[in-house]
Amino acid sequence: MNIIDIKNLYKTYNDSEVKVHAVNGVDLSFEKGEFAAIVGPSGSGKTTLLNMLGGLDQPTEGSILIDGTDLSQLKSSQLIDFRMRNIGFVFQAYNLIPVLTAKENVEFIMHLQNRPKAERESRTMELLKAVGLEGRENSRPNKLSGGQQQRVAVARALASKPKFVLADEPTANLDSKSTENLLDIMEELNRKENVTFIFSTHDQRVMNKAHRVITLEDGKIISDVRKN
Amino acid sequence: MIASVAWRNIWRSPVRSGVIIAAIAIGMFAGVFTTTFTKGWMNQRLEAGVETEVSHIQIHDPKFTENYELKKYIPGGVQLSEEILQDETVNGTSPRIVIQSMIASSETGTGVRIMGIDPEKEKTVTNLYTKVIEGDYFESMNRNPVFIGKKLAKKLKVKLHSKLVITLQDAQGHITGGAFRVCGIYNASNGMYEEMNVFVRNTDLARLAALDETVAHEIVVHLKEPEKLEKHTNSLQAKYTELDVQNWKQLTPELGYINEIGNMYTYMFVVIILLALGFGIVNTMLMVVLERVKELGMLMAVGMSKARVFWMLMLETVLLTLTGGITGILLGLGVTYATMKKGIDLSMYATGLEDWGYSTHIYPTVETEMVIVISILVVITGILASIYPARKALKYNPAEAIRTE
Repeated sequence: MNIIDIKNLYKTYNDSEVKVHAVNGVDLSFEKGEFAAIVGPSGSGKTTLLNMLGGLDQPTEGSILIDGTDLSQLKSSQLIDFRMRNIGFVFQAYNLIPVLTAKENVEFIMHLQNRPKAERESRTMELLKAVGLEGRENSRPNKLSGGQQQRVAVARALASKPKFVLADEPTANLDSKSTENLLDIMEELNRKENVTFIFSTHDQRVMNKAHRVITLEDGKIISDVRKN
Repeated sequence: MIASVAWRNIWRSPVRSGVIIAAIAIGMFAGVFTTTFTKGWMNQRLEAGVETEVSHIQIHDPKFTENYELKKYIPGGVQLSEEILQDETVNGTSPRIVIQSMIASSETGTGVRIMGIDPEKEKTVTNLYTKVIEGDYFESMNRNPVFIGKKLAKKLKVKLHSKLVITLQDAQGHITGGAFRVCGIYNASNGMYEEMNVFVRNTDLARLAALDETVAHEIVVHLKEPEKLEKHTNSLQAKYTELDVQNWKQLTPELGYINEIGNMYTYMFVVIILLALGFGIVNTMLMVVLERVKELGMLMAVGMSKARVFWMLMLETVLLTLTGGITGILLGLGVTYATMKKGIDLSMYATGLEDWGYSTHIYPTVETEMVIVISILVVITGILASIYPARKALKYNPAEAIRTE
């Protein structure tokens, strides 16, 4: 069953009288539990597609349905609430809240969702254990390595039990050992929590690990390969 | 958790936050201390005006205060004074004979108001007897003692025991005079009052002015409950309809307004300080927002509503303002408590103030209501100062903000 249905999606920018089609007629769908990578050269439209998928940007044309909900039909405030409850984000530069500890960073979204304290704490500890940061829960981001910070970001993205996680070049700032480690953890969580992961990446290691690789060029899908 | 994040955010840049907190603290210290200083000053003027000069209520013949005519006395005033004293709400009464006259020393003379008083009764309505700086209050001298102000003594160039001649028109219209000796000199911290008001025994003045000793031009009433001034004034007026009953607010309206004027002045001062600080706070918070574009974008992307982002920045601004504000208020109160017992002596710099009835030795006073109002003003400043930076933060597009370097 599809959890994401993208139909006839366009994103056009008017750059000094020249129209730039960042996303140019994309039709795509994702099933629950996929571990997919969107790849392509710079300017191919990966990030634009990911932003629209995450409700951070509006398409010029076409629709995105998430579990039956058309994102274009949601008001700005509904969209924020929808993101909080359904989508997990992992950013290239980790983007943790620097004044909060690892534990508090993971807990933060559940706070926004007004989840009970006991539930917040058990879920946080469960995720921090899953990403291998047990014992580092009280460390602030500046006391953690890049790889560790990105693992906290993955735990944060999964804290609210989202329908899918969008990761925009999650390994771009990591060394190979940290990348391998992070990919293993994400694959394990994908399997264990049956949550869909969608990456945008240039990184061959991510492409190798992904179960499905979608290649974009000039805003169009030129290949969509599923591995067995 | 948002409150915790807001508080921790303040300390992300300790130097910058420290500078603005110090500015707010200094501003609030100045505001609070000026307030307590002015309040003390005004209260002293009010207390001196009421307790030393006017007392709570004065009763006259309705026409007496028009031009202080000798014959406009209250017949049987001494007995009426005793009658009023029987009222359980009254602390003390004093009948006075009041005559406009000339007083002369061997060097010079001047026009004054002579008050004929019973010294013991007078002690129950004013505290002038506590203001003696030389001699005594009608205690050691039996024959024609006169109690004068420091300023008048200086003007007439007289000392203790100097002879003074009081010249007046008696009840029959004859010009008459009497020799008196200075028994004491008082300091009322009000040059104009000291220069104008001379006290003698009512029996001496009645004899000189050929008046019956039972009459009085003025009955002064001191209340046990000064806060019920209006009520007691009205009840006395209702009882003695043929007489003019006036309280200190009616007799000296400028004293009645002194508190309001003092409060208005200090509130304006505090508001101006806060306004200036407000711009500094807005500037600091704008820098905060500009530095955290990426983080704010991330918060909005992961689902933090605009209302929550606004609330977080507002809370951060209010906490920053309150930290400085409370520090300043406590400093102001600390200095006030440290100086309120011994007072602050301004006599070196402001001698002319005493001519207008304002003491040059000031005892700052804390008024809880004023401290509460200032604290509320600090919070309001924080809230207002947060609006512009917080609104600016909400205009960011999360997708673009996250990619900001």
